[in-house]
Amino acid sequence: MTLGRAFSVAMRGVEGHLVEIEADISNGLPGVHLVGLADAALQESRDRVRAAINNCGFTWPQTRLTLALSPATLPKMGSVYDLALATAVLAAEGKKAWPRLEKTVLLGELALDGRVRPVKGVLPAVWAAQRQGWPAVVVPIDNLAEASLIEGIEVWGARTLAQVRAWLAGKGDLHPRIDDPQQAPAVSADLADVVGQAQARRAVEVAAAGGHNLVMTGPPGVGKTMLAQRLPGLLPPLTQDESLEVTAIHSIAGLLTGDAPLITRPPFVAPHHTSSVAALVGGGSGMARPGAVSRAHRGVLFLDEFAEINSGALEALRTPLEDGVIRLARREGVASYPCRFQLVLAANLCPCAPPDPRDCICPAAARRRYRSRLSGPLLDRVDLRVEMHASRAGTFAEEPGESTAAVRERVWAARHAAAQRWRPHGISTNAEVSGALLRRTYRLGSEAMKPLKTAVDRGVLSIRGMDRTLRVAWTLNDLAGGSSPTREQVLQALSYRQAGERS
Amino acid sequence: MTKTDRRAEIGALGEQLAVDHLTGLGLTILDRNWRCRYGELDIVAADDTARMVVFVEVKTRTGDGFGGAAAAVTPAKVRRLRRLAGLWLAANRGGWAGVRIDVVAITMGRTRTPQLIHLEAVGS
Repeated sequence: MTLGRAFSVAMRGVEGHLVEIEADISNGLPGVHLVGLADAALQESRDRVRAAINNCGFTWPQTRLTLALSPATLPKMGSVYDLALATAVLAAEGKKAWPRLEKTVLLGELALDGRVRPVKGVLPAVWAAQRQGWPAVVVPIDNLAEASLIEGIEVWGARTLAQVRAWLAGKGDLHPRIDDPQQAPAVSADLADVVGQAQARRAVEVAAAGGHNLVMTGPPGVGKTMLAQRLPGLLPPLTQDESLEVTAIHSIAGLLTGDAPLITRPPFVAPHHTSSVAALVGGGSGMARPGAVSRAHRGVLFLDEFAEINSGALEALRTPLEDGVIRLARREGVASYPCRFQLVLAANLCPCAPPDPRDCICPAAARRRYRSRLSGPLLDRVDLRVEMHASRAGTFAEEPGESTAAVRERVWAARHAAAQRWRPHGISTNAEVSGALLRRTYRLGSEAMKPLKTAVDRGVLSIRGMDRTLRVAWTLNDLAGGSSPTREQVLQALSYRQAGERS
Repeated sequence: MTKTDRRAEIGALGEQLAVDHLTGLGLTILDRNWRCRYGELDIVAADDTARMVVFVEVKTRTGDGFGGAAAAVTPAKVRRLRRLAGLWLAANRGGWAGVRIDVVAITMGRTRTPQLIHLEAVGS
């Protein structure tokens, strides 16, 4: 047999496609011909694989060698195929079939001395192999913890090419799966650290309980950023499936740490306000890579100083915010990444941002321009608006504010109540409920609806605004443990709506 | 004996071995060391049964230190051979049914009898 065959996985966004790699040794002048839409990094793998094979003491064929990656029309990129290419060559050169090779997916980059180097995107690749019913996968030893998160498939960690070959021939062992990967350390930011700001703390609690988007405005140094950072701590941990989804995205972005790969807590992503559209929603040449919105999937996307973000980037957030998924078309195909995140925005009141708004020295035009950023279509999708003021009273109070643990209990109870109520409709948080459902099936009594009716009649509230107010009212009700929102709760919800609109 | 002389001698010896090999296969040698301003063709042979002219590049090595004899025929060298083949065909009359470029790689020194590898039709 002068034909060797091995298998690997090509990633397209978070989807994995099985790739069959064939090596054919035929008569002709010595040379390596790599076919199958390989990118630059993959073209270079010819030299890596050759050096690795020679340095491991195996022989490289001194004739014409054709390496084919199929499906041939699928663009392949990166160094993840090195290990599979090398074993295909070894199988062809050794003229023997290893039964294990036919049933194993191989992932990993090779160093020139034959070590197997870690690669990005191992978790979704292993996941794809498992879904397609492959019995075993070999990954670089440094990615073993990550790959071990997938159940229902044999996972082996390889240190060198020689080790893999010995294992294929049945003469050696690879590292077995790591059964109990460490957990990432808990976040230490506590809500008790925030001084004063009772109203904003309440807004954060409501946002956490209902999954609502939140915007905070106020002078610098009042704790906007601190509060936003403490929001993920209030959210319940991710379920097993959510964890894998989030970890898969982070794996593709190359952000996982080696020893504690599984992300079990909602991620908190805070891109800088100079970020471009591509940095926020994802992009890049060839195949699009995930951006901040996808890294914040099932977590919190915090945009500090959002009035400074260029408006194109901000507007690009609108569709992902609505759809919960973003499709990015690039030269080598369409990548689709999930991005169901909770948006938290923070901004000063004007460009000069004095501690007291009355000391503002900005020209009226600059103020107006800045203010126009604080409204607009993106803010229309935000349920909770809170204006914060420099606190004087309460700053040096003896009693610290409530701790994260205390608030978290209420938040989890409220989330549980909401999940119970919406389960028949296939949703879990108040923020996702459709307007029709709120206005028909879960219609409030006329007494509770009165403030809303007045607001709509006076033209200060749109129909969409009414739906959003109702969602917040439901969350307030869940936090209070009631069965249906009361008039007071609707009024309170309305106050969150209008806070940013005055002046 | 200088180094250059020795190299030329090895080359000539290799070419003689290649000629013996080709005549053994039933080919007729038409030309040896045909030169023009663009280079040199080592052996031009004719396969009379297929009415095919065969241009043969001979590479002789005494060791594998630089990747073997066959590996020394680079893509650039193959391109040069194709061009020379065209020039030879233009300069010589004859109705041929086909043209082929072969490489004969000879490794000497390791074993008593030199190892000879004949690669056919490398110019495709």
